[in-house]
Amino acid sequence: MKKQAGVWYSLPLFAWVTLFFLIPIGMVLLYSVLSRGNFGGVKAELSLDGFAALGNPAFLKTVGITLLIALVSTVLTILVALPASYYIARTKNNLTLLVLVIIPFWVNFLIRVFAWMAVLGREGFVNDLLRWTGLTQEPIQFLFNIGAVIIVHVYTYLPFAILPLYATIEKFDFGLLEAARDLGADHLTSLKKILLPNIRGGIITAILFTFIPILGSYAISDLVGGKDGYMLGNSIAYYIGKANNWPRASAIAVVLTLITSLGLMVYFLLNRSQQKTLVEEEVK
Amino acid sequence: MKKLGFSKAAYWLTISFLFFPLVVLAFYSFNASPGFTFTGFSTRWYEALFSASRESKSLWNSVANSVIIALSSASIATIIGTLGAVAIHWYKFPWKRYVQALSFVPVVLPEIIIGVSVLIFFASIIRLELGMFSILIAHISFTLPFVMLMVGARLSEFDDSVLEAARDLGAKEHQVLLRVILPIASPGIFSGFLMAVTLSLEDFVVTQFVRGPNSETLPLYIYKMVKKTIPMEISALSVLLVIATVVLVFSVRNLMKYFVKGT
Repeated sequence: MKKQAGVWYSLPLFAWVTLFFLIPIGMVLLYSVLSRGNFGGVKAELSLDGFAALGNPAFLKTVGITLLIALVSTVLTILVALPASYYIARTKNNLTLLVLVIIPFWVNFLIRVFAWMAVLGREGFVNDLLRWTGLTQEPIQFLFNIGAVIIVHVYTYLPFAILPLYATIEKFDFGLLEAARDLGADHLTSLKKILLPNIRGGIITAILFTFIPILGSYAISDLVGGKDGYMLGNSIAYYIGKANNWPRASAIAVVLTLITSLGLMVYFLLNRSQQKTLVEEEVK
Repeated sequence: MKKLGFSKAAYWLTISFLFFPLVVLAFYSFNASPGFTFTGFSTRWYEALFSASRESKSLWNSVANSVIIALSSASIATIIGTLGAVAIHWYKFPWKRYVQALSFVPVVLPEIIIGVSVLIFFASIIRLELGMFSILIAHISFTLPFVMLMVGARLSEFDDSVLEAARDLGAKEHQVLLRVILPIASPGIFSGFLMAVTLSLEDFVVTQFVRGPNSETLPLYIYKMVKKTIPMEISALSVLLVIATVVLVFSVRNLMKYFVKGT
């Protein structure tokens, strides 16, 4: 009786993940090794054409730029998020401070990107200001480059870093810092040697929450990236849409999934090694 | 405590960074001329939002589509996800590990992969025309794991002794579900539903891939406008949306308080 109920409750979920997760992702794998159809779609002929073109310099450059953008944005996001979440964790009315971080994200994602276009555009706030103060005569284009893509990514993923960081720092015993200082460590040393190792789990989670979505990001680079900020996501969208080359799009999607899985594996390894060191320390 | 000076400054700088572009956008929503060079104060973009023009009609149409998709996909995802989380937490069944592993795929894979895979699936296997239905399916898929996370987190606060007690007292399995499990899980179900609605309203990437004609959602409409021109109406709309969201969040909070008191 009890067993049967579990079967019934899980049946819709079972059907859903099989039909709409497993099969579609299997289709992407399959499409990546089929040949391109004459009128879009695919032909039922095995072919490695989808992957073949991935070795050319233009594609490798896209991979490089995607990794660069993801890496730099993640590092910047963590660097900004760390002191901010530290402050939230150490104050009394931390709920208000947290809500302040989240409020901008009630605004639709695309409107937030658009807002950055209003700030950085040739005709935009910064140029408006520069002209008004007489610093420049000609407007400067701040958009459509890697820098703009990185700024908007940092902006978008900050809360995703602040929330896990806050959650771990909040549990940290700040008495340890005082102890370190009593033993003669200066402020910076105590933060580096005591706080950072203890909140490693939160930092790793924050990196995961920013790095992986940025790898597959598409809308930001599409709107503010221009030619220089062209990422893997844009490439997938291009081959699915305009170029109508679904095997190529699928092959790129497979590559992106592999890079993502690699990132996840590193995450789990790091997490496990951290748990191990904690246990070892406790045993000692 | 005096040592907090640096992190305090860092926090407020971060907050200004987060609010700055939105304040800029709000500022230009009162611009008298189109574009981001301020020439004077006017409310013409707010008036344009509510005019009877074709533009504003397709805008409100996309808002309606977004709301329909968000409410229906969140409802279905909440039902499937809640039952699934209950089964995973408290019951045994043969495909448990399989379901557990697969349901979190959308959390870890980039959104764009979900979009591409659902598109290929629709175009090749079901051979259905893309539109509201494919968007609905895709939205249920990527919101499902978040509902399960929320409900699961709530369920893990209890152990299965409550179920055993109900069964010992003679409750049938459906009574256990309706009278014990669902009331216990209700805060998780509620926050899961809200999360699903939010994610659905927000989504651009997945929707972009599985869209069809006449199924424009608000993010798709904004994207189209931003690509084409400098849509000043959108900045006016965003100001109104912020106000609406703040009002909504506070009334939901009060509603929640009311419910918690009620139980």
